[in-house]
Amino acid sequence: MAKIIVVTSGKGGVGKTTSAAAIATGLALRGNKTVVIDFDVGLRNLDLIMGCERRVVYDLINVIQGEAGLNQALIRDKRTENLHILPASQTRDKEALTADGVEKVLEALSQEYDFIVCDSPAGIEHGAQLAMYFADEAIVVTNPEVSSVRDSDRILGLLASKTRRAERSEPPVKEHLLITRYDPNRVTSGDMLTLDDVREILAINLVGLIPESEAVLRASNQGVPVVHDMDSDAGQAYADTVSRLLGEDVPLRFHEFQKKGLLSRMFGGGRR
Amino acid sequence: MKLLEFLKRERKKSASVAKERLQIIVAHQRGQRDQPDYMPMLEKELLEVIRRYVQVDQDAINISLDRDNDCSVLELNVTLPRDE
Repeated sequence: MAKIIVVTSGKGGVGKTTSAAAIATGLALRGNKTVVIDFDVGLRNLDLIMGCERRVVYDLINVIQGEAGLNQALIRDKRTENLHILPASQTRDKEALTADGVEKVLEALSQEYDFIVCDSPAGIEHGAQLAMYFADEAIVVTNPEVSSVRDSDRILGLLASKTRRAERSEPPVKEHLLITRYDPNRVTSGDMLTLDDVREILAINLVGLIPESEAVLRASNQGVPVVHDMDSDAGQAYADTVSRLLGEDVPLRFHEFQKKGLLSRMFGGGRR
Repeated sequence: MKLLEFLKRERKKSASVAKERLQIIVAHQRGQRDQPDYMPMLEKELLEVIRRYVQVDQDAINISLDRDNDCSVLELNVTLPRDE
């Protein structure tokens, strides 16, 4: 049986797809059979971040409506063994995504895979609720910024009430906080919520902290999940996150302000 | 010198202001989380009924639902203005 993990946030643009791509890739790199599913019907982007946009033939909706088999729609990742991508439909109506259909797809994937990562659309509507409905665990992606934190709290409310686990009174969805775009520099100057502020307000377990990093845009430009760039801070931070998801105890990195030395200040040895 | 201090103080503030605002809004959101969906509507209509007789403010009415093991208690608190 696969573990189903939803990557969600409420607010858009906080790094859900970047995180879903990096975490799914990281899980596969660690030897787990992993599939990552795009639930953002009409605005798919996971294929671009994963670098397989030209290989999309069939999508999740085709499978749900019986127009294609699951194996026809699954795209094998070219760089990473054990990793598949199930893209969202670009043209179809959102309503084509049904709970029954999603359940069948997840059940079939569960037989084959160790992890199913669901990349949720923004918002708290139909698509977002379906992406989280069958989840065992949730990664709540949050920027240290007021609107993102408030929306994350709303999502936590939905996870506690509108999921299958909640409706069946099963053990609740395990919630993880993933803070992205963290800038220790601005935290030090008092202009950004600290790690502890966000943790205190949302009161859930922290699974990772991704620093604001140039590597993220570079990775999406190239369609290579940032976790492949292990020279970068963001790549390492996502790898740490994956380790923690797998139950390892990894110390937190990249949350402290690094004072630049004289030389790097003079020659601009920026963060990679 | 004064200007520098002023600027410094202003800069320090924004993250802690953000935290305070979030703590309030999140506490409010969580209060509503366990309520049934009809509560906001019920609150609004009750307020309308009360206003037919007494002029009260929006925040003079406080409504909450507490669940015990075998029953729920709907608690309604209305602060009426003092008679003249």
